[in-house]
Amino acid sequence: MWNFLLAFIPRAIVQGVPLLYGSTGEIITQKSGNLNLGIPGVMYVGAISGVIGSFLYENSTANLNPMLAILIPMLCCLLGSLLMGLLYCFLTVTLRANQNVTGLAMTTFGVGFGNFFGGSLIKLVDSDVPSIALSATSSYFSKSLPFASKLGWFGKLFLSYGFLAYLAVAIALAASYFLNHTRKGLHLRAVGENPNTADAVGINVSRYKYVATCVGCMIAGLGGLYYVMDYACGVWSNDAFGDRGWLAIALVIFTIWRPNLSILASFLFGGLYIIYLYIPTGMDHMEYQELYKMIPYVVTLVVLVVTSVRSKRENQPPESLGVPYFREER
Amino acid sequence: MNKKEPFFHIVKRDALPWYQSVGVRAIAIVLALVLCGILTTITTGIDPIEVYKSIFAGAFGTERKTWITLQNLSILLLIALALTPAFKMKFWNIGGEGQVLIGGLAAGACMICLGDKLPNPVLIPVMVLASIAAGAFWGFIPAFFKAKWNTNETLSTLMMNYIATQLVAFYTIVWEVPKGSGKIGIINQNSNAGWLPQIFGSKYLLSIVVAVVVTLLMYIYLNYSKHGYEISVVGESENTAKYVGIKVEKVIVRTMILSGAICGLAGLLLVGGINHTITTTLAGGQGFTGVLVSWMAKFNPLTMVFSSFLIIFMDRGAGEISTAFGLNHSYADILTGIILFFIIGCEFFISYKLQFRKKAEKEVQ
Amino acid sequence: METKVAAVSMKNVTKTFGSVVANEKVDLDIYKGEILALLGENGSGKTTLMNMLAGIYYPDEGQIFINGKEEVIKTPKDALNLGIGMVHQHFKLIDVLTATENIILGLEGKLNIKEASKKIEDICNKYGFEVDPKQKIYDMSVSQKQTVEIVKVLYRGADILILDEPTAVLTPQETEKLFRVLRKMRDDGKAIIIITHKMHEVESLSDRVAVLRDGRYIGSMTTKDTTVTEMTNMMVGHAVTLNIDRPDPVNPKPRIVVKDLSVRSEDGIQKLKNVSFTARSGEILGIAGISGCGQKELLEAIAGLQPVETGTIEYVEDNGHEEPLLGKDPLKIAEMGVSLSFVPEDRLGMGLVANMDLADNMMLRSFRKGRTPFTNRRPSKKLAESVVKELEVVTPGISTPVRRLSGGNVQKVLVGREIASAPTVLLTAYAVRGLDINSSYTIYDLLNEQKKKGVAVIFVGEDLDVMVELCDKIMVLCGGEVSGIVDARKTDKNEVGLMMTRVGGDEIHE
Repeated sequence: MWNFLLAFIPRAIVQGVPLLYGSTGEIITQKSGNLNLGIPGVMYVGAISGVIGSFLYENSTANLNPMLAILIPMLCCLLGSLLMGLLYCFLTVTLRANQNVTGLAMTTFGVGFGNFFGGSLIKLVDSDVPSIALSATSSYFSKSLPFASKLGWFGKLFLSYGFLAYLAVAIALAASYFLNHTRKGLHLRAVGENPNTADAVGINVSRYKYVATCVGCMIAGLGGLYYVMDYACGVWSNDAFGDRGWLAIALVIFTIWRPNLSILASFLFGGLYIIYLYIPTGMDHMEYQELYKMIPYVVTLVVLVVTSVRSKRENQPPESLGVPYFREER
Repeated sequence: MNKKEPFFHIVKRDALPWYQSVGVRAIAIVLALVLCGILTTITTGIDPIEVYKSIFAGAFGTERKTWITLQNLSILLLIALALTPAFKMKFWNIGGEGQVLIGGLAAGACMICLGDKLPNPVLIPVMVLASIAAGAFWGFIPAFFKAKWNTNETLSTLMMNYIATQLVAFYTIVWEVPKGSGKIGIINQNSNAGWLPQIFGSKYLLSIVVAVVVTLLMYIYLNYSKHGYEISVVGESENTAKYVGIKVEKVIVRTMILSGAICGLAGLLLVGGINHTITTTLAGGQGFTGVLVSWMAKFNPLTMVFSSFLIIFMDRGAGEISTAFGLNHSYADILTGIILFFIIGCEFFISYKLQFRKKAEKEVQ
Repeated sequence: METKVAAVSMKNVTKTFGSVVANEKVDLDIYKGEILALLGENGSGKTTLMNMLAGIYYPDEGQIFINGKEEVIKTPKDALNLGIGMVHQHFKLIDVLTATENIILGLEGKLNIKEASKKIEDICNKYGFEVDPKQKIYDMSVSQKQTVEIVKVLYRGADILILDEPTAVLTPQETEKLFRVLRKMRDDGKAIIIITHKMHEVESLSDRVAVLRDGRYIGSMTTKDTTVTEMTNMMVGHAVTLNIDRPDPVNPKPRIVVKDLSVRSEDGIQKLKNVSFTARSGEILGIAGISGCGQKELLEAIAGLQPVETGTIEYVEDNGHEEPLLGKDPLKIAEMGVSLSFVPEDRLGMGLVANMDLADNMMLRSFRKGRTPFTNRRPSKKLAESVVKELEVVTPGISTPVRRLSGGNVQKVLVGREIASAPTVLLTAYAVRGLDINSSYTIYDLLNEQKKKGVAVIFVGEDLDVMVELCDKIMVLCGGEVSGIVDARKTDKNEVGLMMTRVGGDEIHE
């Protein structure tokens, strides 16, 4: 059992990290009253932007500088997701468009964008397999702490991850602190609850929505980057990221809008995501694996229903979620 | 002194005459097409006129292509129509994908399990019933949760999509032909059992006819029926609905069953009439695209013909470009995305206007 | 007065919404150390004007001077920086946050809840407010929320204070308390503007009165040099009779008998406790009480919209046959002739569908008629046309969405539809809230007409002056309990006002 956990937990955690990035980003976004269904698209764009950056860098020089090898993909990723965030904000905040529709369009666009450029890069390198490998860059991203291997089970459970995994936890904790213990966090919550009120006390609603959504998108984008560079060892293949973006959105509700809870919940979901690998089916009945893959979705659905059955005031979504704000509405 | 004064500010405007609002949208589409053309020119290096020619050729280049375009159009239209009553009720059903899949799965199951037991005249009605019932059931589940506990429908329908996908994946392996291939392949290739009939000697016409009929029925249902009226009232204000004695829960469940049933019908057409097989990508994201089509048409079934046409046209066109110039097919998604962004953005200019500030007259000292 | 510099001076201010002119070329001065009452009928643009001062709206034209200097108030923040604070009619508080969090919302600097709570307590002690800094807003009563709003403004050190109908939700005692604070602040040299409809408040509180009519500035005068009649004339433009008709009830018979009714809200709060009364045909039964004392629950219970804990509600037919209403759904009850014209604060939220046009709104009650699965729009179009004509609804046409109509016209549409179904019981809540005097009288006439037809009218109201003149009987609710039922012809508003604040008055035994 111990050995099983020792093998299972680290895998669950690496599965959970992209979800954690996504859900933290979406929580911050939703706290501003923006329901961004474009997160799956944003994560694709974040990932492919990082891939493009690192691809260009790897091909431009023979000797990679470790600092640059990390910085360039990260900056590209942040820039790509920031642009997606700006697009979403421009449409929903400035032009007051319907958030659901804008989000879905962003997901269509973002996934298409990722697959198109991913596909083009694959074609460019003329590879035999439909994927592109950036193992040099990836090795920097997935480098674990040097003494991790010497610390036995402790090292394996807690220290064996690339730096982006720790960053995800740090960001989630910081987001939690920010929302609950800072003035800007208080203002942000106010904007999401009741923009009219926030506006009346002099909070710049549009600016908060813009900043929260863009920062949220950048955080989510890092989730995409982590997936390619660390989890997938630098291998981009089209559609590989799958539905993780949607799961991240579901996690927001699962964690009742609390980034610190999201840390545990993401890892739990990460575990559910791969649990099918650990349930024996026998060689003749591989089909049951497909049924086990259903588990995270069924669990999410159950949790959704359960939380809605026991509704508590503090656990409700931000009150103005999904509603565009127009001061002179009458 | 007045340096800080804003140059303009935004005011809500009264309803724009229809020709102006159509005009604004038309301008947005044209601008989007121009941008798409420029982008394509940059990525492929061909001159813009060729780009548009290719797009058009992709959609209407040959008689066969035209038929396929129309067939794709009818399936997308059908899905968008299915989602529409739910949206009018402000029930964000983004589970079209799953409802189509499960409808298709039911049709496929009938074809595989009953194909050699029942003659076609019996089998096909069974398939129709099974797929409609399956889709309706898939719509019923989130509706029930919503009605009973006000469970967020956007997320529950989304989860239902993945549950349906995995269910299809499961049966794909159960029924795989040959063993180990992970695919079902064409079902009943020799006997054609359960293949929907061709009408007027064309294998494309059936879907088109179904879509036309459903469009008209949906238009009548939403605008002239008591159910349609109830849907509008519930969508606009649940309190008002309760006040006049409309049972909101009942309307939600009933409408979602209808929504799911039509999605199931689309699944039937896809499996029984077009593909003759099932894969997990049967719906191909059209459950999501349908949301956009329905919204672009402002939930009007007749306008939906145009909005779904626009999407399919671009999709087929971009497909042609990507084949012709060796681009990846996801290029279509990018172009579709751009058009959507323009259409979404242009709504602003229909609902609001920018008002420029008149200079205040200076006081005479 | 000429030597003083105006704290606020608005010049030529104009604001339009679409085709509606809310304010046209308004000039208004407010001085330090005075309380200005801003008077005007509803829709006369008082709130819009003040919203421009508070930075909620931005004027289309005109200038605003603060302490003699021209300023541009683009946002509420600009207003706050200039020392302008506004307490809105609908509170701008965030339910899930605490009092302290709401009060410090929007301020700069490091977040220090403790320090803020301390400062709040200081302010409360100074003026005698009671606020628990840690309490969440959703747990508060209306007057507690208002206190938070006022403390919020004081916390920011505003010296120009705008209060939009602050007494609408308060008991007379709470009102007096508020006025004491306001006078104190005036003596501190603050400029205070209070928007109100209630003339006696204008007289007892304000130093000066300014009147708006149809969005235009009509004039201002010192309070002690004017009279109620003069002010009313300026408001409405022509003299109105203040007398409300009250025909004597003809042959009243019990129609609705409520016994020992108790209601709990979803979160378990007792909303009504052992309420018993009888509403008679041909009578107007007024229900008075501070808002939120169970009026809403009472009406909704009768209309079948509110689950009931214990008690009975019987509907008595003309032949004396009693039919229980509890356990029937709203549809059934409505078919029996019980008609609810409910007007909560947001009148478009329940009785009507804002985005539908007049004709489709008329269909809300009748759309089920006919055997086909299809609706028949012709009768509702006819009804819409006749309501527009008879009640003088101002609208571009019957295919205009009702959200475009003004409050009074929306109310006429709603009441018109409810009366059209020829009810035997008419329930109205705040039927004239937010309506100008003329529209109010139209509604009173409509109610009297129904009364003459033998309808049992239940009138939940807030303006005691009106209730004492319009109703036949008045039942007073206090905290969900009946504190008394009085004959409106033999009572006065002081008595009713007192009963509103405590249980146990003299009940009329019949």
